[in-house]
Amino acid sequence: MRLPSLKTNVESTQSVVVTKQKLTQKSFVTNLGDYLMEKLFLLLGTLAIFILLLIVGFLIREGSDALREVGISEFIFGQSWYPSSSEPRYGALPFIISSVMVTVGALLLAVPWGIFTAIFISEIAPKRLKEMLKPVVEIFAIFPSVVLGFIALIVISPIVANVFGLSNGLTAVTAAVILSVMALPTIISIAEDSLNSVPSDFKEGAYALGATKWEVIKNISLPAAKSGIIAAVMLGFGRAVGETMTVLMAAGNAIDMPIQHFLGLTVPDFLTSVRTLTANIAIEGSDVAWGSLHYSALFVVGMILFVITFIVNLIADLLINRQRGALRND
Amino acid sequence: MGIKEVEPVQINVKEQFEARVSESVRDVFQVEELSLWYGTNQALNSISFSVKEKQVTAIIGPSGCGKSTFLKTLNRMVELNTNVQTRGSIIYQDVDVFDPKVNLVELRSAIGMVFQKPNPFAKSIFDNVAFGPKIHGVRNKKKLKEVVELCLKRVGLWDEVKDRLNDSALSLSGGQQQRLCIARCLAVEPEVILMDEPTSALDPISSAKVENLIEELKELYSIVVVTHNMQQAARISDHTAFFLHGELVEYDRTDRIFSNPQDQRTKDYVTGRFG
Repeated sequence: MRLPSLKTNVESTQSVVVTKQKLTQKSFVTNLGDYLMEKLFLLLGTLAIFILLLIVGFLIREGSDALREVGISEFIFGQSWYPSSSEPRYGALPFIISSVMVTVGALLLAVPWGIFTAIFISEIAPKRLKEMLKPVVEIFAIFPSVVLGFIALIVISPIVANVFGLSNGLTAVTAAVILSVMALPTIISIAEDSLNSVPSDFKEGAYALGATKWEVIKNISLPAAKSGIIAAVMLGFGRAVGETMTVLMAAGNAIDMPIQHFLGLTVPDFLTSVRTLTANIAIEGSDVAWGSLHYSALFVVGMILFVITFIVNLIADLLINRQRGALRND
Repeated sequence: MGIKEVEPVQINVKEQFEARVSESVRDVFQVEELSLWYGTNQALNSISFSVKEKQVTAIIGPSGCGKSTFLKTLNRMVELNTNVQTRGSIIYQDVDVFDPKVNLVELRSAIGMVFQKPNPFAKSIFDNVAFGPKIHGVRNKKKLKEVVELCLKRVGLWDEVKDRLNDSALSLSGGQQQRLCIARCLAVEPEVILMDEPTSALDPISSAKVENLIEELKELYSIVVVTHNMQQAARISDHTAFFLHGELVEYDRTDRIFSNPQDQRTKDYVTGRFG
């Protein structure tokens, strides 16, 4: 723009008019770009949510036949699953228990192991080792699950059979061990990220007060990284509970209740062959008659799996939010 | 805990000042031929001088002159960086702090530190102050409460926070956070307090409060303060060391450094010709 002093009065009045016009008139071109981008993002966002809802809707629609005919309580509390018998039974409790056993077993191994590894990488390892370990761990996350399943089949199951004196090494323990290995990279990687993002100011402050390395880790780094670590555990859970191929190959897939009686108590039997919710869908899904009751029942099994992961994620969210609420970082 | 009550600041500052700056005071640190390298970069070059007990020693100099590095070397916090090498010695309590037998926990308990950016932990106000005593083994709740109250009173924060000790320390203002960090440091009963530009992230009013606090604290503690603010050094310190390019250019009583510096570079710096 020219300086006002160089203009005649007439010109400057004109330029004021022009400026005013510019100010009050929206440019079609600039606003069109804005408009289109906004709508594009809106479209993509709503589409993703819409597709997710569609999947849930599909699950419910396909499963509704079996739900109506068999009843939800039979699915959740029924102890036998005989879909092809003349008097079919659709009790998915053995699968639910198996899934929980295998997942919890895997997490019991993977969570402490993963968190300690993350602490080692983030806080203790010398810089060069740290730079080497991080990518190695992340590569483990992309291992094809069928390869790990094969390793479980060939390596872990004979070991389990030998150690516990079993005739068949394909058990819940075998599956839990290999699943823990699968969940480890996720847990390590996310936990390490959150430990790394703890401001070094905090750690320096603690060191300056005479804290030892372990005290800094325990009192400063771990509490500050808590929500990230919870997220890591939940992602590890998601990885373990949803995993199909590996457990299919490692767990033996017997449909009986995986329980034993011990001192008068009914306890889960980790040394027996189990079939998880995911494995059951994979095994029976391929040769089930379309539209049959059995077909519908498999969708109900899928719904159960969905509800379990949903509840766990919800709890994780609540935990993380509660922690944020307790100490607002503003 | 044997922390003495703070005596009210006396009005006759000048007289006090004269009395304090007698040259016969005991040395708390004797730094001899101290050199330090980050990898191959030399950050400190043959620094030698003594820090006097129960006085405020200011370290001034332009950015990158090694003043913060020097401060962090006194309690060996500098070793949190990788690849640090040192030569020379820092004698504290007749012990060379670089002696491999030195217990870092004890060293850092005796030599407290306050940082440039207030860094309270993401914990409650109470837990921030109680952190030091707790990690050093104080479990008694009543005792912890006493220590917290005493330290918060000493930094003048007690009346501001006594009703919300369980609130997050991060909800305090910047100036309050810095005073909390000083209280946290006092709670481990140090003999020396190192301050790394303690007011540079604060507004003028908060800065003044911290400066007043330093004036009060030197009755009980030896204080080494790094500052890039020369007026601040002139206001609060008894001795001043001027660093340039990793070297100690001049070290003397603060009044002499500012009124009659011996080195031309010091003169140029304190008169604002560079820096």
